[in-house]
Amino acid sequence: MGCGICRICCQVSHSNSKDIIKTFKEEASPLPRIRVERKAEVSFVIQCQHCDEPWCVYSCLTGAMQKDPVTGIVSVDSEKCMGCWTCIVACPNGALTRDMVNKSIVKCDLCPDLATPACVANCPNSALAVVDDGIVATKA
Amino acid sequence: MNTDYLIIGNSAGGIGAAEAIRSTDTTGSLIIVSEEPYPAYSRPLISEYLSHERDIEDMLYRPADFYKKHSIQLFLGKKALSIDTHQKTVKMDSGENIHWKKLLLATGGIPIIPPVKGHDKKGVFSFLSLNDAREIDAFLARGGVKRAVVSGGGLIGVSVSQALRARQIHVTIIEMKDRILNTILDEAASAIAADSVKRGGGSIIVNDTVKEISGNASVREVILNSGEQIQCEMVIMAIGVLPQTELAKSAGIAVNRGITVDRYMMTSKPDIYACGDVAEAYDFIIGSNRLTPLWPNAYIGGRIAGFNMAGAKTEYRGGTAMNSINYFNLSIATAGMVSAPAEENSFETLTKVNNATYRKVIIHDNRIAGLILVGDIDKSGILFGLMRKNIDVTTFKSALLADDFGLAYLPASIRKEQLGETVIN
Ligand SMILES: Cc1cc2nc3c(=O)[nH]c(=O)nc-3n(C[C@H](O)[C@H](O)[C@H](O)COP(=O)(O)OP(=O)(O)OC[C@H]3O[C@@H](n4cnc5c(N)ncnc54)[C@H](O)[C@@H]3O)c2cc1C
Repeated sequence: MGCGICRICCQVSHSNSKDIIKTFKEEASPLPRIRVERKAEVSFVIQCQHCDEPWCVYSCLTGAMQKDPVTGIVSVDSEKCMGCWTCIVACPNGALTRDMVNKSIVKCDLCPDLATPACVANCPNSALAVVDDGIVATKA
Repeated sequence: MNTDYLIIGNSAGGIGAAEAIRSTDTTGSLIIVSEEPYPAYSRPLISEYLSHERDIEDMLYRPADFYKKHSIQLFLGKKALSIDTHQKTVKMDSGENIHWKKLLLATGGIPIIPPVKGHDKKGVFSFLSLNDAREIDAFLARGGVKRAVVSGGGLIGVSVSQALRARQIHVTIIEMKDRILNTILDEAASAIAADSVKRGGGSIIVNDTVKEISGNASVREVILNSGEQIQCEMVIMAIGVLPQTELAKSAGIAVNRGITVDRYMMTSKPDIYACGDVAEAYDFIIGSNRLTPLWPNAYIGGRIAGFNMAGAKTEYRGGTAMNSINYFNLSIATAGMVSAPAEENSFETLTKVNNATYRKVIIHDNRIAGLILVGDIDKSGILFGLMRKNIDVTTFKSALLADDFGLAYLPASIRKEQLGETVIN
């Protein structure tokens, strides 16, 4: 239904306090790593698909973007990232977010500290799920 | 000395190939040789080295244990002198004669130094390697440099200008054509880029070139074609890069402007491959081979070469110009064509301008043939993805430049193909 609660929970999950009030009132709210798309009757979320052909990794000018050969997770080393945004042009899903303050990409990391990614756990409509290859999907 | 795989050039292309080889063949012997004395580093980051934002350790393209982990023997600071295509050997300047089964030429480019009078004076540099950046840095450290002239307003010229501005040097860019970044930006986007260079304290002179560099032993001023004289203590030659093709040429490998390769990244000689800035590979927008000297294309072309060298036959789907320019606090994303060819009416150009953003998409045969986004570049990847996949955009053409453009605008069938089962809408 495109309510956007997943987006808020994504921000809270990537905050220092992990507290919804503090996240938005006291912290410089962390950027969401998820995009909610809505158009007429269609609504779904988009985040990193941890692609088999990770164009962002191939295109990264510094080596900051890497795909783990074992887990398949695509991650960014924010120290190495120079904020050139070449990966933004490379990603066919528009799933990467520019952090202008830290000159680095932020992206879906599947919430490594949680049992279930925050977006999936908190969707009131149970519309999100972790599917077979470990990525987050929107159900019909 | 014998090896299964020999790679000449330890940068984007060479590493792309080495990673692909190792994902296919973990045991074959693999040697990488490089004239430069460093493990692979991010070449575009030499600008942040010069601006003192990063040191060498923070520029490494792969972790320090990369070569060891992948059983790669690395020859640093050694130059390949010649190739014997019959004996399948490469002669090194250090004396070794390396016998290979598969060879990759990923030798990149060399700066064009025009025969300008005075180009050998102290204070004239190019800006292509970490050593160039270190030499410039050492020259600045001696003090007394207040003004620099940058000859060439392309990507490298703008990049070095930003670094020099960060070092408080006054910079004047001299561009021969009518606008900076003219190979990757149209008039409108170039004007916005020029504005931000100027806001960042740089000066730009267009339609002019450096005719002479004068001074005794050291640079004192440049004289332009127009007769204008600019006092400066330093000149950076950034007019362009030429594919480093001598090795290939002298071995009888077919070279046009760069080394020509087929759709498997193989040169005219069997078992010899080429990629990156030195190669002329397939461009899916123009439908033929051309030079696209960009980091992602070097890595991806190298990756395809590597698979084929290791026996996993893989076709190169082609690359095209694709760039994110992010200098002087301005973000610009571009891909494919910059402008529709003037005399052609089969192209359609859509543009949208508001405040600080400029968006343009060029359409040909119902497909996106080019894009430029200035300011808000976040949807550039979706557009470039449609371009790369050659998708007919007729039914959603009017939405391409919409503020809220996204995957929701694509026909469900295309979205489903792209996202697989992850969006079941
Ligand atoms: C300042 C700057 C900014 C840039 N910014 C961008 C950007 O924003 N986006 C982008 O896409 N691209 C950018 N580029 C271009 C990008 O760096 C190149 O496209 C890329 O480095 C090409 O990789 P390559 O592997 O083909 O060759 P190179 O990186 O040129 O490496 C070739 C290597 O081969 C070695 N070599 C050559 N001949 C021999 C020999 N005979 N024996 C041994 N070794 C040899 C060379 O010493 C060199 O180390 C930039 C370049 C510069 C200089």
